[in-house]
Amino acid sequence: MALIKADKLGVSVAKDPSLMTGAIPKRHWMDTPAVFKPGNYAYPTKPSIMEYHKFPNPREWNPEEEDWKLPENWQEILLKGLKERLDKFRSLKVFMDCCVRCGACADKCHFFLGTGDPKNMPVLRAELLRSVYKNDFTRAGKILGRLAGARPLTFNVLKDWFMYFYQCTECRRCSVFCPYGIDTAEITMIGRELLHLVGVNINWILEPAANSNRTGNHMGLQPHTFKDNIGYLCDDIEDITGIRVEPTFNRKGAEVLFITPSADVFAEPGIYTAMGYLLLFHHIGLDYTWSTYASEGGNFGLFTSNEMMKKLNGKMYNEARRLGVKFILGGECGHMWRVVHQYMDTMNGPADFMDEVPTSPITGTRFENARSTKMVHISEFTADLIKNGKLKLDPSRNNHRKVTFHDSCNPARAMGMLDEPRYVLNNVVNNFKEMPENTIREQTFCCGSGTGLNTDEIMELRMRAGLPRANAVRHVADKYGVNTLSCVCAIDRATLTSLMNYWNPDVQVCGVSELVGNALVMDGEKERETGLRFEPLEGTEG
Amino acid sequence: MPTLEHNGKAFTVDEDGFLTTGMEEWNTDWVEYVKGVEGISDLTDEHWKVINTLQEYYKKNGIAPMVRILSKTTGFPLKRIYELFPSGPGKGACKMAGLPKPTGCV
Repeated sequence: MALIKADKLGVSVAKDPSLMTGAIPKRHWMDTPAVFKPGNYAYPTKPSIMEYHKFPNPREWNPEEEDWKLPENWQEILLKGLKERLDKFRSLKVFMDCCVRCGACADKCHFFLGTGDPKNMPVLRAELLRSVYKNDFTRAGKILGRLAGARPLTFNVLKDWFMYFYQCTECRRCSVFCPYGIDTAEITMIGRELLHLVGVNINWILEPAANSNRTGNHMGLQPHTFKDNIGYLCDDIEDITGIRVEPTFNRKGAEVLFITPSADVFAEPGIYTAMGYLLLFHHIGLDYTWSTYASEGGNFGLFTSNEMMKKLNGKMYNEARRLGVKFILGGECGHMWRVVHQYMDTMNGPADFMDEVPTSPITGTRFENARSTKMVHISEFTADLIKNGKLKLDPSRNNHRKVTFHDSCNPARAMGMLDEPRYVLNNVVNNFKEMPENTIREQTFCCGSGTGLNTDEIMELRMRAGLPRANAVRHVADKYGVNTLSCVCAIDRATLTSLMNYWNPDVQVCGVSELVGNALVMDGEKERETGLRFEPLEGTEG
Repeated sequence: MPTLEHNGKAFTVDEDGFLTTGMEEWNTDWVEYVKGVEGISDLTDEHWKVINTLQEYYKKNGIAPMVRILSKTTGFPLKRIYELFPSGPGKGACKMAGLPKPTGCV
């Protein structure tokens, strides 16, 4: 769909009462059904992909039509599914019970700020599920009904779920402000799991998940393609630096297995980040291997179901075991780190077949934080190298860039990695400026397109949801002339690029490791005339 | 899946107008059709070079090439590819060549 101009954005979705129009809703939210129209929903999953996953109810269907071709007993299926999950996940039951509707979360959500739609307040998003929980699983709801915030599971409720569990990026900014620590991401995850039971889901998530099952990565890169692509990046590195890097693949006995999102070896600007990794590993002589089987750090299973997440995560550890590596080094991925840091240990772990504590072979530093998962983040690995004086760096090669840093939601909030990327940046660039403090670190604003919502048919929603982030970038662009938005996530690299093209067209997006690669002084290199994306350096333009 | 007709030939396409069955259904009528949709006035040898490159690559790899590979193989810088296919290598050229849309973190 065509992308509308910024001045029209304020009225195109939110004609009804909302934050955007200033009008107060006249109808109770329970009586305000979700309306699907082109541009406000992602395409349903193709039947062939559903069949591939052996998911129930594969069919052609259209959210705009009144018949979603649901199984006849769909309510029964959903309520049974909810009951199973309430029994299985203590957290879900607690989150359903403990909200006091204080509203601290309401204006913390980028989707609410960008759309003005009340149902995008995290409290109300959870209420979409909670109302059904109350109706069928609590005494108060059974007796008092709507007075107690309960409502029966009707088709309009299902519409609400599909609309708003796919207008949440599971970024968890709201959870930072919740006095009870309610994790809306987990509510959205359960909501999406329930929807799968009746065959209501989106292709943009399930097709990459199917690809990852089949070829090892979301892109669908087969082993020879994966290897060839990295070969092309090595050719470019040679053109730019005069150095030939020789990465290895599927090599048993390597000390380290390196895994990054497959977009890093396929799409711009991720490929420049990958060139940064390749240069770094060559620079320090790391004994490492890529894998064409565990060729994906990302895990669209996190956006699908707990079972799918476990399966896709398991691939990385199976490969680490097969190759006999000492630990896994993980690239600049966002949600991979949520899976690894928060779920891996009890899901597929502990990965005690690897070394007890991952230890940097270059500096001897022991990464105690990765004792259980055996997976070290490239930014903490790089920061440690710099701290120990193991890298030869010339930050002036990034002088053509005035850089700010977008804390990718999951490394920041799910992993607590806040200072390492900044330490790296301060050593590889001369011009680093922070965005306002309520938009970074734990309080970072999402790119607006995470959790598999990075598909083009909902571009308007994405531009809205990304507005708070874009606004903070605009601030530092105006104030300091920032022209580069760095990040440590592949979804970010893709989606922030679209976001910047729309809101701040002069700002480029890059991974932190691209800037590292630019600054690295390689033994025997030729004088650099360009950066890793063949852009002129300061003083060499035109 | 919607069906569309051009010169009396029917094609099954997805929501974004890509051929559902890809190259199985692809033929020169499809190229003519996309040419109209894309607003390309004349199909030149350069267009065909891009189409042929994409199809050959797809047959070997089951996926569209990354843009840099397309550039290197055809010898056309990205700017030229955009001149040839105004909506870009993915949405324009891949559609015309009968390749599917890429998915994932892109």
